Amino acid sequence: MSDTQTVRPVEADQAVQLSYLEAPAARRARLSTGALLTILGVGFLILGVQVRGEARFALSTPFDPVQLPTIALPSTVTVLLCAVITLAVGVGYLTGRVPRGATSGLGALAAVAVFLGFVSWAAAGAAYPFPVGNQLAGTIALATPLVLGALGGVLCENSGVVNVAIEGQFLVAALTAATVGSVTGSITAALIGAAAAGVAMAALLALFSLRYLVDQVVLGVVLNLLATGVTGFLFDQLIQPNSGTLNNAPNMQSIRIPVLADIPLLGSVLFDQKILVYIAVASVIAVTFLLYRTRWGLRVRAVGEHPHAADTVGISVLAVRWQAVLLGGVFAGLGGAFFTIGSTGGFIKDITVGNGFIALAALIMGRWHPVRAALMAVFFGFITQLASQMQTLQTPMPSQFLLMLPYLATIIAVAGLIGRVRAPAADGVPYVK
Amino acid sequence: MSEQQSGLELRGITKRFGTFVANDHVDLDVRPGEIHCLLGENGAGKSTLMNVLYGIYQPDGGEILIDGHPQHFANPKQAMAAGIGMVHQHFMLVDVFTVAENLMLGREGGFVLDRARATAKVRELSERYGMPVEPDALVEDLPVGVQQRVEILKALANDARFLVFDEPTAVLTPQEIDDLIAVMRSLRAEGKGIVFITHKLREVRAIADRITVMRRGRIVGHAEPGTSEAELAELMVGRAVDLRVDKEPARPGEVRLRVRDLRVANSAGGVVVDGVGFDVRGGEILCIAGVQGNGQSELADALIGNITPLSGTVELDGVDITRAGPARSIAAGMGFVPEDREDDGFVASFSIAENLVLNRFDQPPFARGLALDLGAIADNAERLRQEFDIRSQGVSDTLASLSGGNKQKVVLARELSRELSLLVASQPTRGVDVGAIEFLHKRIVDERDKGTAVVLVSTELDEVEALADRVAVMYRGRVVGTVDPRTPRDVLGLMMAGVPYEEAVAAAGPSAPPGSTADSPTTTSGRRTP
Ligand SMILES: Nc1ncnc2c1ncn2[C@@H]1O[C@H](COP(=O)(O)OP(=O)(O)OP(=O)(O)O)[C@@H](O)[C@H]1O
Ligand SMILES: [Mg+2]
Repeated sequence: MSDTQTVRPVEADQAVQLSYLEAPAARRARLSTGALLTILGVGFLILGVQVRGEARFALSTPFDPVQLPTIALPSTVTVLLCAVITLAVGVGYLTGRVPRGATSGLGALAAVAVFLGFVSWAAAGAAYPFPVGNQLAGTIALATPLVLGALGGVLCENSGVVNVAIEGQFLVAALTAATVGSVTGSITAALIGAAAAGVAMAALLALFSLRYLVDQVVLGVVLNLLATGVTGFLFDQLIQPNSGTLNNAPNMQSIRIPVLADIPLLGSVLFDQKILVYIAVASVIAVTFLLYRTRWGLRVRAVGEHPHAADTVGISVLAVRWQAVLLGGVFAGLGGAFFTIGSTGGFIKDITVGNGFIALAALIMGRWHPVRAALMAVFFGFITQLASQMQTLQTPMPSQFLLMLPYLATIIAVAGLIGRVRAPAADGVPYVK
Repeated sequence: MSEQQSGLELRGITKRFGTFVANDHVDLDVRPGEIHCLLGENGAGKSTLMNVLYGIYQPDGGEILIDGHPQHFANPKQAMAAGIGMVHQHFMLVDVFTVAENLMLGREGGFVLDRARATAKVRELSERYGMPVEPDALVEDLPVGVQQRVEILKALANDARFLVFDEPTAVLTPQEIDDLIAVMRSLRAEGKGIVFITHKLREVRAIADRITVMRRGRIVGHAEPGTSEAELAELMVGRAVDLRVDKEPARPGEVRLRVRDLRVANSAGGVVVDGVGFDVRGGEILCIAGVQGNGQSELADALIGNITPLSGTVELDGVDITRAGPARSIAAGMGFVPEDREDDGFVASFSIAENLVLNRFDQPPFARGLALDLGAIADNAERLRQEFDIRSQGVSDTLASLSGGNKQKVVLARELSRELSLLVASQPTRGVDVGAIEFLHKRIVDERDKGTAVVLVSTELDEVEALADRVAVMYRGRVVGTVDPRTPRDVLGLMMAGVPYEEAVAAAGPSAPPGSTADSPTTTSGRRTP
């Protein structure tokens, strides 16, 4: 149509590129990981030279039917070895000499070295061996509500509604589970009640953010305050005085999966657990399937990324967002139940002690993906448990510092290790035509 | 028009935004197997009318008929069900989805996604209409031309009988436009009725069966397919439009911008500008021509400082600004018109007045100490609105409520309204109507004549021809050669494919005498230096 002779310069499909360098974001992530590992490696070198004695790890408790040996490692050698591995991987990252395919493998190796080095140093010369089984069991107990809470957030935020009210959902659900459990004496009823409480909080979130377009972060903070206030009030006025009838819920009993639970060490940790642990694992799979393999999930992600585009193909943005927020409430509610009927059975004020925010951190560090968010939740559970184990081991490290570990890990990870953090494009943006 | 007539008919459509009437009793009809071109200046109400047709807006009056039956579209879903498909002025694609997922969205079939079927459907559609796309590619990784294809396939996937193309060619290169026109012809041959909105009159002449012109919300006339571009332009704008820029020959002064051996990588790490060097003098316009995606966008980004170059130097008036960020570049007197106005050009939720001082809000006369001088900002906005003919109800409207072309005018008005040493403009007239193009071209030439160095990135050969004093052709991140703007188009076309000037002249044949260029071209860092 133009008077140009038909010249086809380049295939329009292919962006023209001459050679590939490293993308800036990937480079930043590589350098910060490398720097962190190098610093840790040097630190371990220093610790390794000073440390004395043996580090002992108990693989079984005295009550286990199959007794595994207690492993004793020479702490100096172990810490130094871990130091060398950490340092080598760190320097490899820094210089960019790590072959492409091996980056994540070496990263995992370095992570193992960091933990082993740290624990060996801490356990060296201690009066009791480090209880590996305890560490694993504690990790799972701490991670379960985090995983469920993070999943609730994943659903909510993928649809474009920011949820900083996970803490509030936890709190209300924990109280509901305790009272419903006490009144009915049934774990199932308590779980249903907790899920309903999570949904009710989610409905408030959806109502004010979707209908009245309130700023979602502010709204989340307000909902958290509301939850603290309401549960605190009910606790003081109603539950405390009648704690025999209203705060006396049954505890979840462990459900033993035959055969699998008999595997030494891991078996009892993984396959002799409370129902909520199994629910959490199933939920990760279910949410992943829902989000990435179903029509509904495609729509949820579409309204979270580009609501306008979804609207023009006939999807009701508000309806999909409502659904996602409410379903997210179910998971957050189940997570909240774990604090009461999953542990002691009773509710006390602020029983969730900020776990909702850690779930939020797991969600962000997991980059809004259910599986990654769940892994981050497990990681947080692991660190928290490690910190409390260290306290009982009477290590040379001040316990306050240990309690800081989970938060330190969050800051370091958020500050650079995870590379490009990209929230759903319309996360927190209200949709008005 | 009989009631029995087959086709789509809009009757007396009226649409108001507040007190502003965007469509005033508009009639339009499309019959199967024809292409109906809808022309009109920026803000005439074309997109609004199409959004009413597609169920995005509810009309305040009038009716929509299909095959004589009245329709009511409460949402796009109902419009789609009635056989209407739309290619929107702003892409409606989810960037992080694959092509197949984008096509699937809204018509997924069963509860569990069937990816294999979706992929097959994309393949089938893309083969049937001759528009190659990779079903599993992520949309954000695709060049705009291909994204446009996806958008069109999305509209076709519904078996739409009537298709609306709202300015599909604004972001396309000449080659892509040729392809699109071929696609539209084959759709017409299949019996689809098409509404085609564009500001490029050449395209109208190439393809229209009927032409309707809108101005200020009303239909102001119809034209025959053979109508000349000048007449069409006059119908649209309501006055004679000078389609050619008359500019004095440049009087270049001192070198103001000096670029040497610049290498730039994009965000994915690909080296897309690979050893580019050029000088621009004050008082001249250097056009960077080339097929989109050959490094021009990244070159412009590196000049303003959005991307830090890997190596090389950029000097403005003798000062090294290679590593300067946008704030310093702007302070040094650089004006910048970004390629993607929606993302980089303005803050959509801010008012027109605020957007017009975005790069100067902290300087007098717009700031007094820490406070903004709202009066000065409003006066400035009112003055620029009149000068640049920005069509809006007032300067306190948000930018989001403006039509596409008027948003572009706001960006240009902001950049051209202050003292500049260098203007870097990418596709400055994208989506702007002919009347406004005339005015904006004049303003850019005026800027040049004030002694500003101008770098213009354009894929539009008409614009290159109209404005350039020199043309640097880029291919695969390098400058193939710097030539005179009067170089024949087929030679430019070959150079855009990477053929050096001498070979291009030889290949283009005797119809393109090499003597047609005044000064002999200088090959800066091309693939081969003679
Ligand atoms: N949502 C809205 N709210 C208020 N005013 C609006 C809105 N949408 C459009 N307008 C106004 O309606 C008028 C028509 O806009 P429209 O987008 O239909 O123009 P257009 O003909 O498509 O122009 P262009 O060629 O620049 O795309 C413009 O003046 C615009 O400011
Ligand atoms: Mg428009």
